[in-house]
Amino acid sequence: MALISPDNRGLRLATRYAVLVLIAVIFIFPLVFMLMSSLKPDQQLLLDSGSLRAFMPVGDISLENYSAAFRRAPVATFIFNSVLVTGITVVLSLAICSAAGFAFVFVNWKGRGVMLSILLATLIIPFETTAIPLLLLASKLPWIGLDGITWGWLNSYRVQIVPFIADGLTIYLFVQYFKDLPHELVEAARVEGASWPQIYRKIVMPLSGPILATAAILKFLVMYNQYLWPLMVTQEEGYRPVMVGLQYFFQLNVAWGEVMAYLSMITVPVLAFYLYLQKAFIASIASTGVKG
Amino acid sequence: MNAFKLAASVAVMAWASAAHSAETLTMWYHGAGNEVESKIINQIITDFNGSQSDWKVELQSFPQAAYNDSVVAGALAGNLPDILDVDGPNMPNWAWAGYMQPLKIDETKIANFLPGTKGVWNGQLYSIGLWDAAVALVTRKSTLEELKLRTPTVDAPWTKDEFMAALDAAKASGKWEYALDLGTAWTGEWYPYAFSPFLQSFGGDIVDRSTYKTAEGALNGDAALAFGEWWQGLFKNGYAQATQDPADRDGGFAAGKYAFSWNGNWAALGALSAFEDTVFLPAPDFGNGPKIGAASWQFGVSANSKHPEGAAAFIEFALQDKYLADFSNGIGLIPATPTAAAMVDNYKEGGPLAVFADYSNKSGLVRPVTPGYLVQAKVFEKAAADIANGADVAATLDAAVDEINADIEKNNGYGH
Amino acid sequence: MASRFTVSNRTGWLMAGPAVLLIAGFVILPFLLAVGLSFTNQRLVSPNPTEFVGLANYNQLLDLALLTVEPLKDDAGQTVLKDGVPEYPPIRSLTRNNPDRPDLNGMREWFSFSSGGDARLVVLARDVVFMKAIVNTFTFVIVVAPVQAGLALCLALLINQRLKGINIFRAIYFMPVVVSIVVVSLLWRLIYDGQSGLLNNLLGTLSFGMIPPIDWLGNPSTALGSIIAMSIWQAVGFHMVIWLSGLQTISPTLYEAAAIEGASKWQVFRYITWPGLRNTAVLILIVITMQAFGLFAQIDVMTNGGPLDSTHTIVFQAIERGYGKQDISGGSTISVILFVIVLSISLIQRWLTREKS
Repeated sequence: MALISPDNRGLRLATRYAVLVLIAVIFIFPLVFMLMSSLKPDQQLLLDSGSLRAFMPVGDISLENYSAAFRRAPVATFIFNSVLVTGITVVLSLAICSAAGFAFVFVNWKGRGVMLSILLATLIIPFETTAIPLLLLASKLPWIGLDGITWGWLNSYRVQIVPFIADGLTIYLFVQYFKDLPHELVEAARVEGASWPQIYRKIVMPLSGPILATAAILKFLVMYNQYLWPLMVTQEEGYRPVMVGLQYFFQLNVAWGEVMAYLSMITVPVLAFYLYLQKAFIASIASTGVKG
Repeated sequence: MNAFKLAASVAVMAWASAAHSAETLTMWYHGAGNEVESKIINQIITDFNGSQSDWKVELQSFPQAAYNDSVVAGALAGNLPDILDVDGPNMPNWAWAGYMQPLKIDETKIANFLPGTKGVWNGQLYSIGLWDAAVALVTRKSTLEELKLRTPTVDAPWTKDEFMAALDAAKASGKWEYALDLGTAWTGEWYPYAFSPFLQSFGGDIVDRSTYKTAEGALNGDAALAFGEWWQGLFKNGYAQATQDPADRDGGFAAGKYAFSWNGNWAALGALSAFEDTVFLPAPDFGNGPKIGAASWQFGVSANSKHPEGAAAFIEFALQDKYLADFSNGIGLIPATPTAAAMVDNYKEGGPLAVFADYSNKSGLVRPVTPGYLVQAKVFEKAAADIANGADVAATLDAAVDEINADIEKNNGYGH
Repeated sequence: MASRFTVSNRTGWLMAGPAVLLIAGFVILPFLLAVGLSFTNQRLVSPNPTEFVGLANYNQLLDLALLTVEPLKDDAGQTVLKDGVPEYPPIRSLTRNNPDRPDLNGMREWFSFSSGGDARLVVLARDVVFMKAIVNTFTFVIVVAPVQAGLALCLALLINQRLKGINIFRAIYFMPVVVSIVVVSLLWRLIYDGQSGLLNNLLGTLSFGMIPPIDWLGNPSTALGSIIAMSIWQAVGFHMVIWLSGLQTISPTLYEAAAIEGASKWQVFRYITWPGLRNTAVLILIVITMQAFGLFAQIDVMTNGGPLDSTHTIVFQAIERGYGKQDISGGSTISVILFVIVLSISLIQRWLTREKS
């Protein structure tokens, strides 16, 4: 190490950054394309799309596509619906699936092995398979609300949330992660008389930052990109999410600029969510230290 | 005592006002995301609600691309509105499935409507359209002159040879990237709507319309094989693209990439604004007369509507010439009646789009009127795309016939 | 693993119960209904009564037959040659309305090969498109699973260094993941465009016009490859993050010890990093495999299964039939077949990656 001259080190650092930047370009160019296109009128957007101009804010630049998108569709409603449905599902999913994962890994109970195998098998069932039977089910389910018992879940937020709270993949993520945690900590806490909920809350969860972040992102992406299900269960515009809203922009002659503007707008919440999580994610690693 | 009286009178008043308050009719429409269309339909509803006190129509709009799926899901879940709008060729499927009921309106009111606007299944009217759409071969007068081509009319259309000669001339001139823009970028209903009339002009069809129980012979007979070879040649010989960029479909003709464009009247105003000398030519005649697809979106009553008479009243109300004219002005489609057409600058005698009404009247052919059309359309689309991409013509058409026949059998003949 | 001495049935059921109930009600029950549908002729839309049809749907999808085709002979009994190779009768003449083989009616050629001599062996399938969909899906999975997992690991190792601003790069590499696959597919359709697409222009410029424009999605030989490349591009960032969280769980004391011992970089990776990533590797492989088998949105937006069936996939077929063609029993049958395929694969995967202790 000491033999490396400062010059050499500088060169290596530069190479490293060069590699990182090159890869970054590969990952980011379509998004720059989307963002820049959202500022251009259709005619120019299509002309530019084949050249480097596609990545530059050149020519007739304006926010006109954005205001046109708002005129065409209730964009804010769609984004609000998606964020609400996604947010609630993610929070409930993390709570319920991590508790299940905890029970499967740390707690000794009858039926554990069988239940885990069955739950893991469900992770291979493609959603599209179950959509029609689920629709028939959802149209008949009862709900107890302020106005007493009502039947049928169509046109509501709950029909977009409840069926997606628990899933095999999220549980599996937690199970795999918990297996790697130091079990001596849990054993020791048991010996000291801590209850299971206490161990879950005070010992295991604080160590689970990375997996909570991963599970949250995965769930967020699945929920935010829902299309088929909300299309089937929301006939009222007020409940529609962003991906159904995207269809508003595909008229016979597609207004590409507006499409790009809409796409840019619906991508922002996801990006914000990730950046927030990344911070939390890194902080949690830093604060718990690395286990092992 | 006073309190009792008050309560009683409130109850009576509430009862009285309930008796006089309008029954709500729900309606679904495919125009979400289309400002102009939404505005017109909302205007009709406002006018209707204001014109009488028995019914109050409430609208729920859906994006067109998701509309059919929404209706099927709504039907499965037992949640359909009173008034539905339905794409013409889909109507028999929904009627047969029990989603729709016959439309009871005064027949004299639709006597002068274009034939393609009337949705008839099993001898009964189920739906009625305020407009029809038509397709034409779009080009420029200057192109015709430059290539020294005869200007065809619907009574004397181009023959197959004349049409191919026109494409050859366009190709040889080297002025255009491709001679013909067929719109292959528009996957979905465009294929059967725009391309199956070629097949019908050759003498074939998607299904045998005399029985609707088989496609054998219709879709793989000699006429169909001739169509297939011709269709494949368009792409193999470089007249048209089998895969097309959607942007080229939308703007290619205006950008001068194509000499001819096979496109609908909804795109006609755009073409006219790009080139003042744009002309709309009739479909070529491949042997059995020029043919173009007919029937567009129409209104009907859902089967589980509790107030079919109210739904019918609304539909009858919407059939007024002024609304037909509004829609035509807004979205460029052909008004269903000649009297409404006279009110529209584009379609009145001598108007720039008037030829479309003529084409619709003289060469319009509805797509097969059968509940099986839904599947048959998809099978045809795949066959047309595969042949365009170079698949063996006979084998592809045979496979299409087998699939259509298997489907008809699986559905016990679709009630024919 | 779990507490060895105490049994806590109540706690176990209480904590796992909500998840178990939700999955039973919203996944397992509907799936069992779908399995039931696969044995009927149920349509999405139909006034006809539902009938039990046994295995007819499965037979329709999976039926195969082998046919030996002799070359055409002329009147003198000589093999007819065309361009120097024997000419064969068209398959349709043997399968359609052939009184000798009524069982072949409705079957089509899937592929054929020479059996030595002049005769050719033709494999017929009742549903050629479905067969192609199975092959395409497996191709996709077999390419995507290792390539995506490997690239993701490289990226994770690259990004797991202490450098100024590394968080920015991490975020950028992850960005395609947060953009919906539908959106990504739309963007790439423009990039892959056959004439004036960005990719063609780029290749043209880099090669000084030597590489002619390629119709990436319109050519049967490049369409699936183009979709594979885009899919990897889109999802690799996600698996990079999973690898990263695995990397973070490896104790730094191990690395310190290795440094003291003077281990090479490769040795460190081979003996410390890789063993520490074992569970992560299993997880990633399973997640990628599951996601790859579900390939649908890209196809739906970009190619619709074409050109010439080169991008049809199992899930695309299930949806195309179940919803598009209203054949919900046929769609359910495809889903059940997919379930069985993936279940077998994951059992094999689990067996291969089992802990050998």
